[in-house]
Amino acid sequence: MPLPAPDDTATTEDWQAAGFGIYVHWPYCAAKCPYCDFNSHVAATIDHARWISSYLVEVERYFQETGPRLLRSVFFGGGTPSLMDPATVAEVIAAIRARWPVANDLEITLEANPGSVEAGRFRAFREAGVTRVSLGLQALNDPDLRRLGRIHSAAEGLAALEVARATFDRVSFDLIYARQDQTPDDWRAELRDALALQPDHLSLYQLTVEPGTAFADRLARGGLRGLPDEDRAADLWDMTQELTATAGLPPYETSNHARAGAESIHNRIYWQSGDWLGIGPGAHGRLTLQGTRLATAAFRAPAAWLDAVERRGTGESGRDALTEDERAEEFLMMGLRLTEGIDMARWTRLSGDRPLPLASLRDDGMMTLSDDRLRVTATGRPVLNAILRALLTPSR
Amino acid sequence: MTDPARIRNFSIVAHIDHGKSTLADRLIQLTGTVAERDMKEQMLDSMDIERERGITIKANTVRIEYPAKDGHTYTLNLIDTPGHVDFAYEVSRSMRAVEGSLLVVDASQGVEAQTLANVYQAIDAGHEIVPVLNKIDLPAAEPDRVKAQIEDVIGLDASDAIPISAKSGLGIPDVLEAIVTRLPAPKGDRTAPLTAMLVDSWYDAYLGVVVMIRVMDGVVRKGDRIRMMQTGAIYGIDRLAVLKPAMQDIGELGPGEIGVFTASIKQVRDTRVGDTITHEKGGTDTPLPGFKPSVPVVFCGLFPVDAAEFEDLRDAIEKLALNDASFTSEMETSAALGFGFRCGFLGLLHLEVVRERLEREFDIDLITTAPSVVYHIHMRDGTVRELHNPADMPDLTYVDHIEEPRIQATILVPDEYLGDVLKLCQDRRGIQEQLTYAGNRAMVVYDLPLNEVVFDFYDRLKSVTKGYASFDYHLTGYREDHLVKMQVLVNEEPVDALSMMVHRDRAESRGRVMCEKLKDLIPRHMFKIPIQAAIGGRVIARETISAMRKDVTAKCYGGDITRKKKLLEKQKAGKKKMRQFGKVEIPQEAFINALKMDS
Repeated sequence: MPLPAPDDTATTEDWQAAGFGIYVHWPYCAAKCPYCDFNSHVAATIDHARWISSYLVEVERYFQETGPRLLRSVFFGGGTPSLMDPATVAEVIAAIRARWPVANDLEITLEANPGSVEAGRFRAFREAGVTRVSLGLQALNDPDLRRLGRIHSAAEGLAALEVARATFDRVSFDLIYARQDQTPDDWRAELRDALALQPDHLSLYQLTVEPGTAFADRLARGGLRGLPDEDRAADLWDMTQELTATAGLPPYETSNHARAGAESIHNRIYWQSGDWLGIGPGAHGRLTLQGTRLATAAFRAPAAWLDAVERRGTGESGRDALTEDERAEEFLMMGLRLTEGIDMARWTRLSGDRPLPLASLRDDGMMTLSDDRLRVTATGRPVLNAILRALLTPSR
Repeated sequence: MTDPARIRNFSIVAHIDHGKSTLADRLIQLTGTVAERDMKEQMLDSMDIERERGITIKANTVRIEYPAKDGHTYTLNLIDTPGHVDFAYEVSRSMRAVEGSLLVVDASQGVEAQTLANVYQAIDAGHEIVPVLNKIDLPAAEPDRVKAQIEDVIGLDASDAIPISAKSGLGIPDVLEAIVTRLPAPKGDRTAPLTAMLVDSWYDAYLGVVVMIRVMDGVVRKGDRIRMMQTGAIYGIDRLAVLKPAMQDIGELGPGEIGVFTASIKQVRDTRVGDTITHEKGGTDTPLPGFKPSVPVVFCGLFPVDAAEFEDLRDAIEKLALNDASFTSEMETSAALGFGFRCGFLGLLHLEVVRERLEREFDIDLITTAPSVVYHIHMRDGTVRELHNPADMPDLTYVDHIEEPRIQATILVPDEYLGDVLKLCQDRRGIQEQLTYAGNRAMVVYDLPLNEVVFDFYDRLKSVTKGYASFDYHLTGYREDHLVKMQVLVNEEPVDALSMMVHRDRAESRGRVMCEKLKDLIPRHMFKIPIQAAIGGRVIARETISAMRKDVTAKCYGGDITRKKKLLEKQKAGKKKMRQFGKVEIPQEAFINALKMDS
């Protein structure tokens, strides 16, 4: 298939700085985790054939809009995509590959739970085309796994990791820290154990109680005791930065650590404001067409999404054209999560050269500006929300 | 035109809740002054706030026709007086307009401090006083004890006190009869030049300014040209009426009569309570004694919470001022709070009433700065300045000394709380003047600085006595003391809205409290923020808000952007309610809470 024809009226479009990817959402889980606010559902029976055909309708619909573009990544997220029928994954990947030209290093990631059922399918997923697995270990000890509402044990988790590493080129795993009653000593020991596994990519999230989750309910009712206060959370953060850097896995994003070259291609498309399609219930996308950047959203409830695709030929519940301000602010908000920061030339173009109130943030050691890149410093990274507030809501 | 011998003018003196308004309602009802279907509770209190709080702010009057047992019909004029110390001058004028008072005391509660102040005003005005024991049907009623208390505390013969229940109507005919037989008829010379006292005035949306008068001598008729002796203004009377309590036109008012007139007067400010009204031609040369211009004693800043409501606030204040001549206002700008008004009030209740009316009747959310009294700043060059706002404090090198207003406070309290009350008064720089007992209740009289009372004295008093104390005060004069201006600095920047005048000895503790409050009220920033209280250049209290250490969203992928953006939008909106001080953003809420007096 031919590469996208260069547009002779404009040079490159902004999204091309980060590239193009596809996100596929699988909404089902075996059980809903109490901290999770993602669009996930537990269902007794799943009609896999309906899902395959609906995904394919969406793939084709979007291809009609984008035309051929170089595809850098596909990401199966959820939910628990490792519970997908590998045949479904294979069909979707094949349909995508049949339409878009792909990069040599095309990354196809699948989020997986470390249960024994999933581990048994890893080979089939690899055969379907998956190149990278992101494993939700979350904790390395059983009491904490239970408190997080996870249905796997620590031993099962490590076994799944073992199988995954034997099966896929690239394996990442997630841990949640700043848990209930977790002392700095506990976390130091656990993180050391995790680093001793020598992963080349790690996601380390501080536990966040999101509205609408079971944890939020428990907290509101006076439960969920022993969560760290701001100072304790900051101590745990600092320790995490130190230990990962020493182990050669410095943070390349707020919660993501990797050896040089092992960073997730897909997630960088989000953080660098590339274009991506959002396929599946509740999936969001960003799509630049004729110079207009669209934000797409899909029906959240699985049945509603399937129904919309089947009856109306689209799962989208809405698409909005982003204003210049919105584009620029998204670029800043996402880009500053990356240790490499943002390209000021892109900011200037996107924002129409909107000035940023940098002086006091630089004086306070929160940001640096050099080589036309604006970066948040190690001091600033744990208070990024405050930095964004200062940058985007300057005082009048 | 009524024969003065058949007129009785009276007021009712009572503590809040002792039944003044209910008794007035019964008198109106029993004499058929108002048709049964038009009756409502607290007939004479026209403002919502008056009804809700059971206080009277504006004087009101009602004319009642009563056929007495002697076969004659009498005209009874009840003037319902403001029942609070803030309106002491207005009370005194109302008292001068009548010849007698009913002293209503709750037979289970006994005499309260506020009753005392008003009954002394009645005695000063030369009133004949008829004691009335209300709520006599309550199981807790102790008429004998209360009678003894009236005699002990007030020094009034209570042997003929009338037992009543205003609620059930018991004893009301006896009260009516006593008004006729025990209170004196007004005196006055019909042929003398017109001398009438301006008792009160109010603004009516349809009629303009309505003026209540009591005729002392002479006769006033509809169409007369009259002169206000204090202001010198001349008006023609458009409409002359009596209140029953609805307006009922009347051709003339003679000596001893009480009524109202309208005369195309634009605003209440053009009328002065206590002024003497006479005819333009052939009037008297001798004004009635005792006129005093009303002078605000407590000042505070009123600012709209939402700066966009400033114009609404200006309109609201203008409208309120139409009806309240004792309330003053001038525009003020604060770095902390933006545009607002510096307002003067007769006292704390007056302040609260005005603030509440602005919020309720005009639907404006307000920030009220700490109330301040009027200080006399004696300058080295011999001049004296009045200081209404700590922000206007002149440079100390030009100041010789500062005087502050003092009050005499009377507190009645059950003796088990006496110790706490004495401690509170001592803590507030009080000097004890008197301590007496009446039964198991103590009466203490203290000389106190007004600035200690406007701060949170009344709230503290209520809390240490579980609400059982009653409190009253009047201004006694000015005295020199060691007063200083305390500033609050946030991140080294002075915050004007939080500066206050305090006594040197109390500055440390007030400063400490303010710093501690602000420490909790100002959110963490990306840097450390010192909060200091200072006198001149000297820091007397300090707290530090430590730097924010963690505020970052852990997960932010493609599907999270929209939510994250909404959060930022919300924060943008929240930022509008922030005030910037140098690098520090202080939420509007912080000012409101820091200035709140009850915490």
